[in-house]
Amino acid sequence: MKEFFEKLEKLDRRVIFIFVATALILPLFLPLNIKFSTTPPVQSFYDAIEFLTPGSKVLLSVDYDPGSMPELWPMHLAAVRQLCRKDIKIISSQLWATGSPLAERAFNEIAVGEFNKKYGVDFVNLGFKEGREVVMVSMGNSIPQTFPTDYHGNKTKDLSIMKEVKNFSDLAIIVNISGGLPGTKEWILQVQSRFHIKLISGCTAVSAPEFYPYLQSGQLSGLLGGMKGAAEYEQLMGKPGLGTKGMDSQSVAHIVIFFFILVGNIAYFSLKGMKEESK
Amino acid sequence: MDKPLTAFRYKIQKNHMRREVPIIICFLAGFFFIGNYFSPRLQPVAQVVNQWAIICIAFAYVLGVANILRVNYQVIKRKGRDWLYKIVLVAGLFIMLYFGIFGGVKEGTTFNWIFYNAMYPMQATMFALLAFYIASAAFRAFRIRSFQAALLGITAVLVMIGRVPVGEYIWKDFPPFVEWIMNVPQLAAKRAIMIGAALGAISTGLKVLIGLEKTYMGGE
Repeated sequence: MKEFFEKLEKLDRRVIFIFVATALILPLFLPLNIKFSTTPPVQSFYDAIEFLTPGSKVLLSVDYDPGSMPELWPMHLAAVRQLCRKDIKIISSQLWATGSPLAERAFNEIAVGEFNKKYGVDFVNLGFKEGREVVMVSMGNSIPQTFPTDYHGNKTKDLSIMKEVKNFSDLAIIVNISGGLPGTKEWILQVQSRFHIKLISGCTAVSAPEFYPYLQSGQLSGLLGGMKGAAEYEQLMGKPGLGTKGMDSQSVAHIVIFFFILVGNIAYFSLKGMKEESK
Repeated sequence: MDKPLTAFRYKIQKNHMRREVPIIICFLAGFFFIGNYFSPRLQPVAQVVNQWAIICIAFAYVLGVANILRVNYQVIKRKGRDWLYKIVLVAGLFIMLYFGIFGGVKEGTTFNWIFYNAMYPMQATMFALLAFYIASAAFRAFRIRSFQAALLGITAVLVMIGRVPVGEYIWKDFPPFVEWIMNVPQLAAKRAIMIGAALGAISTGLKVLIGLEKTYMGGE
């Protein structure tokens, strides 16, 4: 019995890997379709966009890379969809170089593909600018000066959507999709607290707890945390997507991890008990 | 007599250039931006300085590329550890530079094709592996060896289960309960850490600005 528990306590990680892989893959083929409700931070994110006046302009900052796509891509698409559905004009910029192609693809897929929106009129991709916080502050002074040309090389000031847009005071809200640094925290510290503009964020699950203090203080008006946040948001939009599809896999994987934590502790306490008995 | 004196002067000037000048630049730039935060009158000047900063940061990329080439060239030359990977790295750098500069970076370009068909799956793979390592680490780390470990382990399990749909399936009030954990105990601890770190950052920032902290100039 002791040997069994010793083996269990030092379980080969490859066994755990096989279980996790099975837990992630199986529900993709055999969906459980477990129902779930909306949490307040997601509802706030949705409401912040839903109550905007049609025709108003927003900044969509796409600050992530393909590594965070499983979590952030579904919410990115859903946010563009909600903005287009509400007929809100989207100005997108990126503080991550890898964010530019993703912003472009999301526009092509949703704004053009689903809503037939026009580039330069209904949406624009300003592209990537290096400089992190300096770029944020610079945009607070002048967006056209910070981005003299867009992602396609057009002069920013010549674009119809950019007419009457000088700085953050001409925007209704900032929507940040954040995969790390620079991201939501920097937008709060450098822009929200300084220029007093409403800010909502979609971020990875691992960084969501960091933003709860800002959510409570009102500096952040809504938060989507990880794939679950994206799934809740998709559900509110009435259009289930990649986030909702991933929920079953995530549920089963979490149960598997819980099972292993439990097994590890049973083995640990059993061995501890046996050692005390032998003394 | 003249020669040693010139050398001495040169040494003093060199030291000035190395120490005092960066401290003065840091002091002026730092206090200018602090002033700009509180005074809108400095806004027009700040915008110009911001543009300078953006240009300087762009130039840092050139330095970064030069550094990558220097470090990796030396390893490749002496066929040091992982030299084959270094060749792939340098080749990748030049391939992306070539296609980016001469072919553009928009949809439909070779640069974009490489981004979606090489970088995208590679980064996604790296991130996906994290799930497996976290599972393995959780199995080993969450042993209830003490009261603190029990607190950590139990909270982690509750949040983990409560933040996926199966948690709500088990107990319908699981998500509000987890939101309470996030909004009360988690938030209190997080805020305390953040305030502590912010006070530390302020004091370190002030030390840098007034020249008491010089390690950023080269570890002296």
